[in-house]
Amino acid sequence: MSNAITDERPPSGAHVPPQHLSHRRMPRWSPAAIAVGAVALGIGIGLAAGLSSRFQWCLIALVLFIGGTYGMTAQVEGRRQAKDRVATSLVWACFVVALVPLVSLIVTTISKGIKILDGNFLSHSMSGVLANQPGGGVYHAIIGTLEQVGLACLMAVPIGLFTAIYLVEYGRGKLAKTVTFFVDVMTGIPSIVSGLFILAFWILILGFSYSGFAGSLALAILMIPIVVRSTEEMLKLVSNELRESSLALGVPKWRTILKVVLPTSLGGILTGVMLAVARIAGETAPILLLVFGNQLINNDPFNGPQSSLPYYVFEQYVLGTDASYDRAWAGALVLIAFVMILNVVARGIARWKAPKTGR
Amino acid sequence: MAKRIDVSGLSAYYSGFKAIDDISMNIEPRTVTAFIGPSGCGKSTFLRTLNRMHEVTPGGRVEGKVMLDDENLYGSGVDPVTVRRTVGMVFQRPNPFPTMSVYDNVAAGLKLNGVKKKRDLDTIVEKSLKGANLWNEVKDRLNKPGSGLSGGQQQRLCIARAIAVEPQVLLMDEPCSALDPISTLAIEDLIGELKEKFTIVIVTHNMQQAARVSDRTAFFNLSAVGQPGKLIEIDDTERIFSNPSVQATEDYISGRFG
Amino acid sequence: MDITANTPAPPPPATRTTGGGTVTRPGDRIFSGLSRGSGILLLVIMGAIAAFLTIRAVNAISKDQGNFFTTFEWNATANPPVFGIAVLAYGTIVSSIIAMIIAVPIAVGIALFISHYAPRRLASPFAYVIDLLAAVPSIVYGLWGALFLVPHLQGLNLWLDHYLGWTVIFDQSNPGTAARSLFTVGILLAIMILPIITNVSREVFRQVPRANEEAALALGATRWEVIRLSVLPFARSGIISASMLGLGRALGETMAVATVLSASPVLSARILDPVGGTFAQNIAAKFNEANDFGRDALIASGLVLFVITLLVNGAARLIIARRKEYSGANA
Repeated sequence: MSNAITDERPPSGAHVPPQHLSHRRMPRWSPAAIAVGAVALGIGIGLAAGLSSRFQWCLIALVLFIGGTYGMTAQVEGRRQAKDRVATSLVWACFVVALVPLVSLIVTTISKGIKILDGNFLSHSMSGVLANQPGGGVYHAIIGTLEQVGLACLMAVPIGLFTAIYLVEYGRGKLAKTVTFFVDVMTGIPSIVSGLFILAFWILILGFSYSGFAGSLALAILMIPIVVRSTEEMLKLVSNELRESSLALGVPKWRTILKVVLPTSLGGILTGVMLAVARIAGETAPILLLVFGNQLINNDPFNGPQSSLPYYVFEQYVLGTDASYDRAWAGALVLIAFVMILNVVARGIARWKAPKTGR
Repeated sequence: MAKRIDVSGLSAYYSGFKAIDDISMNIEPRTVTAFIGPSGCGKSTFLRTLNRMHEVTPGGRVEGKVMLDDENLYGSGVDPVTVRRTVGMVFQRPNPFPTMSVYDNVAAGLKLNGVKKKRDLDTIVEKSLKGANLWNEVKDRLNKPGSGLSGGQQQRLCIARAIAVEPQVLLMDEPCSALDPISTLAIEDLIGELKEKFTIVIVTHNMQQAARVSDRTAFFNLSAVGQPGKLIEIDDTERIFSNPSVQATEDYISGRFG
Repeated sequence: MDITANTPAPPPPATRTTGGGTVTRPGDRIFSGLSRGSGILLLVIMGAIAAFLTIRAVNAISKDQGNFFTTFEWNATANPPVFGIAVLAYGTIVSSIIAMIIAVPIAVGIALFISHYAPRRLASPFAYVIDLLAAVPSIVYGLWGALFLVPHLQGLNLWLDHYLGWTVIFDQSNPGTAARSLFTVGILLAIMILPIITNVSREVFRQVPRANEEAALALGATRWEVIRLSVLPFARSGIISASMLGLGRALGETMAVATVLSASPVLSARILDPVGGTFAQNIAAKFNEANDFGRDALIASGLVLFVITLLVNGAARLIIARRKEYSGANA
């Protein structure tokens, strides 16, 4: 740092305050215009060069858009503004890029799935249907999914609920910290690993055979941490004053939790459980290892192999015939519809119940 | 360096709500103007319209004219970024960039404006820190995080950061409300020195402070909650505090309401 | 946040029953016992996962005639059994890295879009859509990837091979083969982990103090400069941990890989070639033909995957926890 401080401006001349507030600016419609130009040029180049893949067209258009934005803005407004505009364009491009696979996935699944999706498909199993024959249905898989997910819920919801209550209402010290950490770690267990664990424990060591219940054990392991997390968040939202006012009335703690805390956060907890259900309903890997798949209707989740919706989609995909691809898409559509309905209803409940928890 | 501000017919809105209504005033260069008034009277909102920070708030909208010498801040073709570069601002709570050192905090605005040479940066950083009466306290820890300073030092660091880019006008939004009395005194002394070079506008809740530091004082008020704030009067500070022309001003200053 | 810290201690002991019959003490004991027990059960499950996987894995690895870590092929049902995870580890890591390279910048961009760029009317529905994207089951991504993405990527692959083939990475051994490669898997995984990285980053961006952003604005910073000066530095550790959560998801993904990848025990730097494998994909593919010993061998590979995801997720959580303390101290 120099010692001589003078009032003179630094010689570089870069630090001259702007003389005027207004300067040349790009018109408001310029980003849209550049975008349209870039897309048109991208398509043009793509057609002219005979590039077969739309991905290339999009890439070319994107590069033209970013380059064009930078070049033109730098000319008119200066480098800083150009950088700002490029950042804006990139962020908007990310938005569009994210929409492309989503739209494509939804459109493809619906358009291909709707072909054979009808009452017959929903009410029949694959009994006696050969791989390359059309027909057959998804009924046995729906039964399997409902039973497996239901059993998983019966196990995971109480454990998850009580663990969350422990963490929020009772937990202090080392044990609570350890539990919190392992709940987080458990969230990250790959579904196939939880399947392998039940395989090792339930089937290879305890000697049980493949069944829907074995699958639901693995699903429960995946579901518990999600339930704990969401319930914990909801319980924390319940204000301390509410608890204290109940305790001050002489209500024992467990009744306070049961009658005051839980009802207050019921909506949020329900939302969390439904989102967890939506999440595990789409799991394929544990089913593959533990439930084994079945062409026929098996209503008993404790005996013998079952099917499930995600497993059905995989099975039909692996068969690799046109008829089975149709069934795979239709099964995927049923699965997506099931998961999305759960999601929308769950978030609806969350929104509807939210003001009561005082957010 | 300093420019005069002429405001005419200025109203500001938050979405549908009108926060301030039809304000006109003149602010002379190299003076300190204090805005006083009860909470919610729109004085902070008005301050934020003077460097186009108001429109950063979602739903924020402004009508009217703010002339900086002969240019309208809200004229077509005016870039808000240039406006904020020309009209600096110091906030209620000290807000140094938490991840940056003392040096980088002061240099942040310069680097944005294209000052790249280390020697130039060193010179201006030192000059600005001296200008903010902070140099002696931090010259040995220029590379330590700015968030490690005390509240009063952080606020002076923010002033150094604001004057480093040599603005025409310096806006201060209750700059001392989060500080202890000693730090407050340091800032008030500093304001007295800064007005040699800058046009200063300061919002304050503290009437003694307004009386101590300002040349002119503007009193804002609102007729009822939910109504827009209005400028009641603006005059020389001495007059406002001794013999205001409006009864409401006298009531407020003598503590009869607010 | 410790909610119970200020609540009074439970009612005094030995108030057995009083007339009306409210049994205070036992009720509390049962209830707290149940919730404590659930917490402990959770730890037991985690311990059991590690223990049982290890038991079976040790059994398998001890009889492995190849080197478990360096052998390429997976012939666990052969006699003598020869299997190793070299190709699987390589494929898992390469596909996840590709996914990260694609997903992280885009996810951060989307998060910025939602928090700072989108018109307010667009932001919250779009955040909702991203949430829905997270809810799509992986098998549906797998089906879409195999039947839609694979054929549509063929042209891009040829192009990459033609112009970037000299890098070896983008060289195709047989130009024009189906895009059932680690590269395609990486793209699909990127799409799948996009929502989780976006959601966590968005949450962090939302927490950036308004004062920091206004400080930058008042210096005359453009929107991008505000983000560079005050948003990104504040959110850096959050973005890192978000990315690691995404990485954990990508490493363990099964069905999307199993449907798309044409697996073979070849370790190749050419990511466009339809060869290779991943841990999870190998388990799904080899499971049906495996005997009891073959299952143990697959469990051994699953254990490695478990440990890797554990480390990645643990690291992500530690970063988040450290960050909380840090920002708490400065608040």
